[in-house]
Amino acid sequence: MGQVLVVTSGKGGVGKTTSTAALGAALARGGDKVVVVDFDVGLRNLDLVLGAERRVVFDLINVIHGVAKLTQALIRDKRLDNLCLLPASQTRDKDALTDSGVADVIAELRTKFDWIICDSPAGIERGATLAMRHADAAIIVTNPEVSSVRDSDRIIGLLDSKTVKAERGEQVEKHLLITRYHAARAARGEMLSIEDVLEILSIPLLGIIPESQEVLRASNLGSPVTLNNAQSAPARAYFDAARRLKGEKLAMAVPSESRGILNKLFGRKAA
Amino acid sequence: MRSLLTNQNRTDAEKPVSSAVRQRQSLMFRARSYMAFAITPQAPIVEWLAELDTSLERSESFFSGHPVALDLSSVSLSAAAIMHLVENLAERKIRVLGITGVDPAIEEPGLPPILRGGRGPQQTTPDLPKAPTLVVNAAPPRQQPASLLIETPVRSGQSVVFVDGDVTVLGSVGSGAEIVAGGSVHIYGTLRGRAMAGANGNSRARIFCQRVEAELLAIDSYYKTADEIEDSLRRQPIQAWLEGETLKISALN
Repeated sequence: MGQVLVVTSGKGGVGKTTSTAALGAALARGGDKVVVVDFDVGLRNLDLVLGAERRVVFDLINVIHGVAKLTQALIRDKRLDNLCLLPASQTRDKDALTDSGVADVIAELRTKFDWIICDSPAGIERGATLAMRHADAAIIVTNPEVSSVRDSDRIIGLLDSKTVKAERGEQVEKHLLITRYHAARAARGEMLSIEDVLEILSIPLLGIIPESQEVLRASNLGSPVTLNNAQSAPARAYFDAARRLKGEKLAMAVPSESRGILNKLFGRKAA
Repeated sequence: MRSLLTNQNRTDAEKPVSSAVRQRQSLMFRARSYMAFAITPQAPIVEWLAELDTSLERSESFFSGHPVALDLSSVSLSAAAIMHLVENLAERKIRVLGITGVDPAIEEPGLPPILRGGRGPQQTTPDLPKAPTLVVNAAPPRQQPASLLIETPVRSGQSVVFVDGDVTVLGSVGSGAEIVAGGSVHIYGTLRGRAMAGANGNSRARIFCQRVEAELLAIDSYYKTADEIEDSLRRQPIQAWLEGETLKISALN
């Protein structure tokens, strides 16, 4: 039976879709069968980040409404044949998602894949609550700034009350993924420190993804950062996070400032 | 199972026996309640004892070591007959602590003391032998002191409302979360959200927290917002209470 993960945050623009694609690809690279499911009905993006936007025929809503079979809607990645995408519908909205329909789709995906990664829409409404509903574990994506952290806190509260596991009295396993971490800005106190974020949210840390041009470059090319440039700093951080998800114990490296010698000499602006 | 409440004797018990006793703190009389089984014999007693034996065969040690109250309300026995029954029960290792459901006039030396004012049965015991003569009913549990303990962090957007008494939170209370208590609020983590104590008009309620970064503190509808909390107190352990119509906050060390 596959593990159902939800990638969620509350706040928009923190890197849920990027992280879903990067972690999905990293897990698939390791040989596991992975499906990434876009729950952002009406504002889908995961197809773009995976470079599959030209191959979407059927989507999640079609499957829920019985218009298409699950196998017809799944899109196999061209680079990794054990990575699949279940796209969202762009022409519908979240009301088209039904509780029982989502339950059936997730149950079927569990039998076919090792990992089912649900990319949650921002917000705490229907789309987000249905994306987390059947999760075994959650990845909470947070930027090191106060509004993102407070929204994540809110989402953790919902994970503890609105999920099937919570209703059965069990716990949804929670992992914190800090994205867009900028060492220099954190050092200057312009961002919350890792310790501050961990203190406020008090859930285990899965990884710290450094702010990097590589992330934007990869999504513009329609490729998860872990496939586009596996040696880049964010890709390596995502690979480590994927290994931690599988239960490996890895030391957590807090990204530090790495400036060239010229930057070091001339990097400081006069006040 | 039935709880025996002996506090109807309290007034007598608390009366000083003599002035000398009053000075000696070590010798005190207090009414206390304990749990005991109540068993209710039915007539004819011989058959009832036989049924009891059958039950005891199934669950031999059911009564052993437990105090038992003998409820004689379903039978009418003379003092001698009661004495005989108590002996019969003693043979079955059932120790009778007292009797109830009898005419107080029956009291005589050698009989177990007469118990009065016992409350109804408290809870059923699942492994109780199914003997019809052992009367075991459920009744409202004894009133617990009203307090609410929360062992997890209270997350943003969550609201804990408990108007019956104190709320204790072992974790932190997130920004945008709120705790509303009829009594006092105790927070052993960081308070980043709102705490409202004495919500139903209790001006003696207080707020205690290990580290205050609160958005709002309120007691009995008098409040202070984050802006009004002194900077020197921020991130410190504090308590807040009401003095007249002013909410006071002070460091807790």
